Amino acid sequence: MRKGAGILCVFLFLATAAAEASADSWRDDFASVVLLRDYNTRLVLVSTTLLGIAGGLAGSFLLLRKRSLMGDALSHATLPGIVLAFMFAVHFTGTGRSFAVLITGAAVTGLLGCVVVLLIRSLTRVKDDAAMGIVLSVFYGAGVVLLSIVQHMPEAGTAGLESFLYGKTASMVRADFYLVSGAAVISLIASLALFKEFRLLCFDEGYARSMGWPTHALDVLMLLLVTLVTVVGLQAVGVVLIIAFLIIPAASARMWTSRFGWMLALAAGFGGASGWLGAGLSALAPGLPAGAVIVLTAAALFVLSLLAGPDRGVIARTVRARALKRRVERQHLLRGIYEVLEESGPAPHLAGDSVPLIPWAVLERKRSWSPRELRGVVRRAYRRGLVETMDRDGVRLTDAGARAAARVTRNHRLWEIYLVEYADIAPTHVDRDADAVEHILGAGLIRRLEASLPVAARPAADGVPASPHPIR
Amino acid sequence: MEWYVFDTWIVAVGALCAAACALAGSFLVLRRMSMMGDAISHAVLPGLAVAFLLTGSRTSVVMFIGAAATGVLTAVFTQWVSRLGNVERGASMGIVFTTLFALGLLLIARGAERVDLDPGCVLFGAIELTPLDVVADWTVFGVHLEIPRAFVVLGVVFLLNLAVVVFLFKELRISAFDPALATTLGLHAGFMHYLLMTMVAVTTVAAFEAVGSILVIAMLIVPPAAAHLLTDRLGTMVVLSVVLGVFCAAGGHAAAVFLPALTGHDAVSTSGMMAVAAGILFFAAALFAPRHGILAKGRRSPRG
Amino acid sequence: MDQSLRERPVARLRGAGSVGLPEEHSPGSPLSVHDLTVAYHRKPVIWDIDLEIPEGKLVGIVGPNGAGKSTLMKACLELVPRSSGEVRIFGEPYRAQRKLVGYVPQRESVDWDFPVSVLDVVAMGTYGRLGWLRPVNRRCKGLAMEALEKVGLADFAHRQISQLSGGQQQRVFLARALAQDARVYFMDEPFAAVDAATERAIVGILHDLKRRGRTCLVVHHDLATVEEYFDWLVMLNMRVVASGPTAEVFTAENLRKTYGGKLTLLSEAATAVSKEAGGAE
Repeated sequence: MRKGAGILCVFLFLATAAAEASADSWRDDFASVVLLRDYNTRLVLVSTTLLGIAGGLAGSFLLLRKRSLMGDALSHATLPGIVLAFMFAVHFTGTGRSFAVLITGAAVTGLLGCVVVLLIRSLTRVKDDAAMGIVLSVFYGAGVVLLSIVQHMPEAGTAGLESFLYGKTASMVRADFYLVSGAAVISLIASLALFKEFRLLCFDEGYARSMGWPTHALDVLMLLLVTLVTVVGLQAVGVVLIIAFLIIPAASARMWTSRFGWMLALAAGFGGASGWLGAGLSALAPGLPAGAVIVLTAAALFVLSLLAGPDRGVIARTVRARALKRRVERQHLLRGIYEVLEESGPAPHLAGDSVPLIPWAVLERKRSWSPRELRGVVRRAYRRGLVETMDRDGVRLTDAGARAAARVTRNHRLWEIYLVEYADIAPTHVDRDADAVEHILGAGLIRRLEASLPVAARPAADGVPASPHPIR
Repeated sequence: MEWYVFDTWIVAVGALCAAACALAGSFLVLRRMSMMGDAISHAVLPGLAVAFLLTGSRTSVVMFIGAAATGVLTAVFTQWVSRLGNVERGASMGIVFTTLFALGLLLIARGAERVDLDPGCVLFGAIELTPLDVVADWTVFGVHLEIPRAFVVLGVVFLLNLAVVVFLFKELRISAFDPALATTLGLHAGFMHYLLMTMVAVTTVAAFEAVGSILVIAMLIVPPAAAHLLTDRLGTMVVLSVVLGVFCAAGGHAAAVFLPALTGHDAVSTSGMMAVAAGILFFAAALFAPRHGILAKGRRSPRG
Repeated sequence: MDQSLRERPVARLRGAGSVGLPEEHSPGSPLSVHDLTVAYHRKPVIWDIDLEIPEGKLVGIVGPNGAGKSTLMKACLELVPRSSGEVRIFGEPYRAQRKLVGYVPQRESVDWDFPVSVLDVVAMGTYGRLGWLRPVNRRCKGLAMEALEKVGLADFAHRQISQLSGGQQQRVFLARALAQDARVYFMDEPFAAVDAATERAIVGILHDLKRRGRTCLVVHHDLATVEEYFDWLVMLNMRVVASGPTAEVFTAENLRKTYGGKLTLLSEAATAVSKEAGGAE
């Protein structure tokens, strides 16, 4: 994957950066980061970790509500609030550096932006995505206008504002730490307390409403949670990169589990890990912007999850799809051979030297296989000990292959009868694998199925019923 | 405040930018991929950085290609992530563009001593300064014209977009309306998707050099969304969104020049004002659109 | 039971097909499916489908919910990946025969707020013949208008598509397929949740198409109307349960023989399903 390569490059980058420092001091740095010896590093590490946990939790709800980019709109919509709060603070207190005032402003316009998105969506024909784009750009544009006014204000410098835009992770102070921890604790408590309600809302909003839950209030509560994390996170990682905290850990967690509770826990874990590792790495290599490193760490964890997720991961799915294809091919081959041999009589000999070789050409005709595909299928069956290949002349089943062929054919035909007899029950997605027919239908039903076959088609001595339809 | 030739150039650049964006943006909005504009405009950062680090030059052509290439890559990666991981498209967009943006920041920070790239400039743009970068100096009918580079670049991009929209109108329409049908008719919907993404990337890069990424998003999305409320014909919608975009550009700059004079401030950010003007326009369209406006709907609904 | 399950396959002539031949000399059947298996995630949705459809028939595809009817259609049109098997349209792979195939998707598959007029949508049927770059000309619009007249929506030509009722939207899709002038049509539940007028209109169009020698495959839910509408029937439940002339496959005697006592249950289930808007496939 090219993206993986990109991230690899980044780590090489980091490695070289780290190596630039001399070995001794590097070891000291490393130890001090890992052991949290340095007070400032400790503050930053713990803060970003907590922020990651909070972001993972809040982001999980967004992801499951299919609103991931709401965090994007929200974080941009905070700008006018921040600047207005700054102007307000300068006007009344003479300084605009009060963190609390700034994030209050941010929260107000951020939430307002979310509400406007929801309003546009429900009142006009404009769709979700455009509504978010409109809010994002117009609110941000307004923020830029206000900012350009502030920059010309003679009263105060805009130093406090800069950090909001790009994040100044490394310069966090104790007050920031308290804010971030507060936000993390609140989001943790909220997600635990409203676990059941949020799950219902994410899964089936209409049903939740019909049960009498105040879905709009819950929705706003959920957005409040996101707003809280966003405005607090602005300081740590900046206006653009907080979006990553809201999306990436949740998406990573989704790759590992389909359970709501597990997903929240994992998202919090991934968020926390990205915050910890990212901030740690950037502390080791001064000059690297911590926000960016944190996001790249989260992205690396996502790529890992994308590849290795046990059920939805790329590797697992590729392996599964291949196995399914191979299984279908193998069954086709076995059944094809059985059907060819069956032409000699109702209970044919399937294996042994007395059984004639089945020519390649006959099998090719049996299925829509090209000669090359057929050879591949036979080669794989050979490796499993199901067929003996005689290179030029044809194919013959081994004893194991004969048993498998009889079983596959029997199951196939029983399923066919079943689907005809009981077609009102759609057995969608039943797994029609080897022995499954007894497990799913039960021995009694199978006896009845067999009994329902016309006399000529009763199971022969080897237990394989005749095909209920002509074989071509 | 007074109006100079300078201001006319700013409006001209803004108007061209708005027109180029509206052409591509109309189809973006209809395909429900509006946020792709946002994603691409953020994600071009590493492209700019890599182009610079590799060539050591800040000549526009190299930067342009680097940035446009990353823009298209954003679309490709988004497609991959959402297909490979079964991730919802919005989320996969968010994953890709934040990652690329972070990568860009990192690259810039690493090469900080050599790279003269200001993330602030990327985000806000500097449309006020575009007339200073003059590429040609002509005298036509006795009028002395100092043509800004941004004007030429955006003009070319506008003409390119116009050509695509005019010549491939039916393909763009069908692949936006019903991609499955387009594919069964032999008009490859996947190809059209990436063509549109290329248009958006090129437009974004050309525009944000001049006007910043926020204005790009505003111009890509807001005028087409407003036009969609005003008309039920695709052709009309495209033309209307171009007109609305140009109107926002002119109105925005005029407001930026004249408004502060009233309140006693210095001039304010033109690109921000243009976005605000677009917002006001959309608000007006949402309220007063003849058939799909909130007021019109409200009047209709009580009767049934 | 035996004779009900599978008609004698029509002789398959492979590789002799060509797009340009006049209709009388069409080689191969309009649709022949061999060994088709499609799997989503880990389980197969349709399994081992073998089908031969003779030309000029109105073919109903019936089966319970989740039987894979839509999937079969999409797999034939290469809109979903196949796990195995092949599909031939007039003896050639689908890709080579695109122009001969018309597709009527389910109504929910598009955004009805899209800013196009009814005429624009119907004219889309002619895009395939136009090919790249050539703009929509007067002739295309004329064809589109003709198709609209056939479905009884000529008066609505210049309306925006969101102003149509559900049944009218369905007829627009049908008109689009008519404008395409294909030789074999795949229609995914055209009768789902439509009014009686639309149902009559669709039946009229189907018969008109049949008169002109076209083949139509129609995913259908309502067993009560199967005999009336279709002269060929494919019963599907993950695999082909039966395929053949409706008169043979769907006679009361044959149904009793095939389904035993389950017939009433089956038709009840099918009717209930067809009442649900659109079905949930």
